Amino acid sequence: MSSQHVKRVDLIFEKIECRDVLKKIVDMEPDAISQEILDSDLKGRGGAGFPTGLKWRFAAKEKESIKYIICNADEGEPGTFKDREILDQVPGKVFCGMAIAGKAIGAKMGYVYLRGEYKFLIPKLNKELIEFHKTMDEFNQNFRIQIRLGSGAYICGEESALFESMEGKRGEPRNKPPYPTTSGLFGKPTVINNVETLVHTVMIMNYGAAHFRELGTKDSRGSKVFSISGDTPKAGIYELELGMTVDEFVNDFGDGDTKAVQVGGASGFCVPRKKFDETIIGFEGVPTGGSMKLFNSSRSMYNVLHNYLDFFTEESCGQCTPCRVGCQQLLKGVEAVKQGEKNSKYLDELVKLAKTMKRASKCGLGQSVGNAFGSIVENFKEEIIY
Amino acid sequence: MDTIIENELVRELANTHGRSRESLMPILQDLVVHNRFLSKQDMIDVARELDISAADVYGTATFYSFLDTEVRGKYVIRICKTISCAMKGKNEILGTIEEILKVKLGETTPDRKFSLLEANCIGWCHKAPAMLINDTPYTELTPRKVTEILREYIKN
Repeated sequence: MSSQHVKRVDLIFEKIECRDVLKKIVDMEPDAISQEILDSDLKGRGGAGFPTGLKWRFAAKEKESIKYIICNADEGEPGTFKDREILDQVPGKVFCGMAIAGKAIGAKMGYVYLRGEYKFLIPKLNKELIEFHKTMDEFNQNFRIQIRLGSGAYICGEESALFESMEGKRGEPRNKPPYPTTSGLFGKPTVINNVETLVHTVMIMNYGAAHFRELGTKDSRGSKVFSISGDTPKAGIYELELGMTVDEFVNDFGDGDTKAVQVGGASGFCVPRKKFDETIIGFEGVPTGGSMKLFNSSRSMYNVLHNYLDFFTEESCGQCTPCRVGCQQLLKGVEAVKQGEKNSKYLDELVKLAKTMKRASKCGLGQSVGNAFGSIVENFKEEIIY
Repeated sequence: MDTIIENELVRELANTHGRSRESLMPILQDLVVHNRFLSKQDMIDVARELDISAADVYGTATFYSFLDTEVRGKYVIRICKTISCAMKGKNEILGTIEEILKVKLGETTPDRKFSLLEANCIGWCHKAPAMLINDTPYTELTPRKVTEILREYIKN
């Protein structure tokens, strides 16, 4: 095993003077801010990877007087815990990123939607918010931020479900289009960014787009905060340069016996040992919101799959049939195969069902159940059957 | 008399958070802080205060796993059951708590001091197994550690 380390980066947690960044942006043309972010090629760090600068520009073009910035801190993907750490360590940078986004699109109001599981962070965030608002006043900026809490629903991390929740309703995703930049919270143009994405924008405005582009690859610029857990002696939070292969990652973080890595959480992909070499962690390979879970040879991949399906069955909002019924049937189906009530061919039927869910489900939840399902069944068929 | 006291709390919360639809979540969340769960009467009172239907309040409340509509204890324990915690001995922790509190998963102690529940990923995978007691996270649990934690809560 190579002792080589994947390159560590220290941008997200780097302590900087947010005042200096804010001072710089208050005099900038809004479009110049979006342009700088566009030039950096920053893609959303929540998992979906939409170009951040483009999102900002879309919202900036809307001719509404009321617009909103939302920081999506409803970090619920199994295996992801980086946003909690960012909010805990550098909350001022998160607020600063929201102010930058607000300036870029012309929004006066920002909200942090914090998952209920992280409620313990609120006193700290409120304290930091007082300082932030003082700085805003000093620079004659009337941008304000409020914190809203979730109440234990994974689906509310989906942007339109999050809006519904903030509006006091069940967190059921909306049809798209219209997209949030046209009609988001309360029907107003809304930019919703992941916690880490917002902090990246601060660092891009601080050091420039070119500095950000020095790291990573053509399709995946910059660095990313990874949440690493499972069978690893180095579980924790690491900021790494994008573009490494799973093999390089495992050499650094594995326990010497890694048989699979789940990249991107329960809604991501399972990469088996034989594909470590060829799989790049990034938008050109397997994208991830940061969740990296390692499994060694002592683990049953049936148990892993069962755990994920149980998760999705509970967290599906139940609004659309493909997802609601599909999750239940996948769970029942693998149980039936495992217990010998159905023969192994039935797995092919289940894979077809997962593909149908991808096409027919309303939102990202139902659409991505098939990622983990397909990749685990395909690569660990024996473990699912016997 | 109970109803009147509950009404006052609901009115107070509506005064604080407002009476529009988007005030609903903060009001329900605060009611849970006060009472650990949402009673039928509370939900009816909230509906009246916000001038929306009680079905809307109930529909919203039952969507969220932290907005309990069943009686809960003063301390709600939620043990994470998602993969990392499951891999790192969550069942052993659950068994230990069941033994100490003499309740099964999903139950509340007769003195209404503790409720024992499971939760999906609570975001502490690198320090598994983990649990929440009300809002406080506890991580890297062992049977011994969880016994000590509970001992403190039992004393209070």
